[in-house]
Amino acid sequence: MKNLKTVLGIGVIALAVFFIVAADHIDAPAVQGGNSDITDFYAFQGENTDNLVFVANLQGLLSPSVTSAALFDENVLVEFNIDTDQDNVEDLVIQAIPKDGKMYFFGPVAPSQTGLKSTIETQAITGGVVDISSYGASPKITSNEGMKFFAGPRDDPFFMDFAQYSEIIAGNATSFNSPGADTFKGTNVMSVVVEVPKSMIGGSGTINTWVESKRK
Amino acid sequence: MKTLNKILAVLAVSLIAFNCSNNDDDQGMMPEPDFSGTFSQEDQMGRPAINTVFVASADKDMFNVTVPSNQDAAFQSKFQSNLMALSPAFENPGDMNALGQDAAAFTGLLATDVLNVSLDGTTTFYDGTNVLTGRALGDDVITVELLLIFGGEDFMENPGLSNDNVDANDKTFLTSFPYLASPH
Repeated sequence: MKNLKTVLGIGVIALAVFFIVAADHIDAPAVQGGNSDITDFYAFQGENTDNLVFVANLQGLLSPSVTSAALFDENVLVEFNIDTDQDNVEDLVIQAIPKDGKMYFFGPVAPSQTGLKSTIETQAITGGVVDISSYGASPKITSNEGMKFFAGPRDDPFFMDFAQYSEIIAGNATSFNSPGADTFKGTNVMSVVVEVPKSMIGGSGTINTWVESKRK
Repeated sequence: MKTLNKILAVLAVSLIAFNCSNNDDDQGMMPEPDFSGTFSQEDQMGRPAINTVFVASADKDMFNVTVPSNQDAAFQSKFQSNLMALSPAFENPGDMNALGQDAAAFTGLLATDVLNVSLDGTTTFYDGTNVLTGRALGDDVITVELLLIFGGEDFMENPGLSNDNVDANDKTFLTSFPYLASPH
């Protein structure tokens, strides 16, 4: 991790404009290395094809030795945004907020306000709660009204030869290696996973979706 | 109306009752957690690697606090300039990627950083057939993006730059919830 950050520092200086850190790991100065730093976002059809799964990962590049001590910040809200009418404004949100070892989920629900500021939508009639899973233990999963919930440490599913990309961008190499080396091999993230019936988020057609972290 | 907050409080009580045998002074009622306050945005993400690849260093924080509906106006032209400077596959007028998009069209898609997801079937960033219908855990999104940036009209240009040759995760994903592999 330290090596990667050192490499990153060099990359920023050498390049100043273009560098890939990862999918979204350490993407910007204000969030990098903090507990609101989103590393990745996934949305895919569930094992039950009537459901859609949302995954938000935070706090990238956790080594195994530090993962057991990693925590969600109770002042950081993770919010999945869902636009159902193609205007890129959220019509529904699913909020995940940790309290006292549990992750509370509110939604899908129409937010009381869209945009950069949020309050917790405690009036929502759908949602759930799950104990935050511990490192080294089986994942704790709960279900409520067709939704499923998980929060806790997982393997970082992202893969990329970031180190060689940095070398290319820095002018020290002209191509990727074959085979490449996964810079994220052996690292963990803090994951929030929620599975939701498609009927709760528009039913059919195409949605536009994104994830946000917001701090109290 | 029965609000979720009350439902959650009940669930929390049942979890406590089930899990905690050493809770001597359990009064049978959990106080509702305090969810008050206003939360202000710090980070956001739709498609993978957009902020890191296309946004200049000075703009990265601003990109994270620009709502998607305003991102095209704020960033598309910057993305286009950056793309044309970055990739030999886009350095000449008329250059396109394998989706038939020129630099303006491609960056017009990317500047609004939302993930398009189909509710009607296959969800993948790109699987050879379906394009931008979601993002599955196993999707090789970086190679897809490198191909669209560097691969030119036929995915054949700049072969040394258009595939990082890391094609899969280091752990196998689960077929069932929560899908992600256990931590290392």
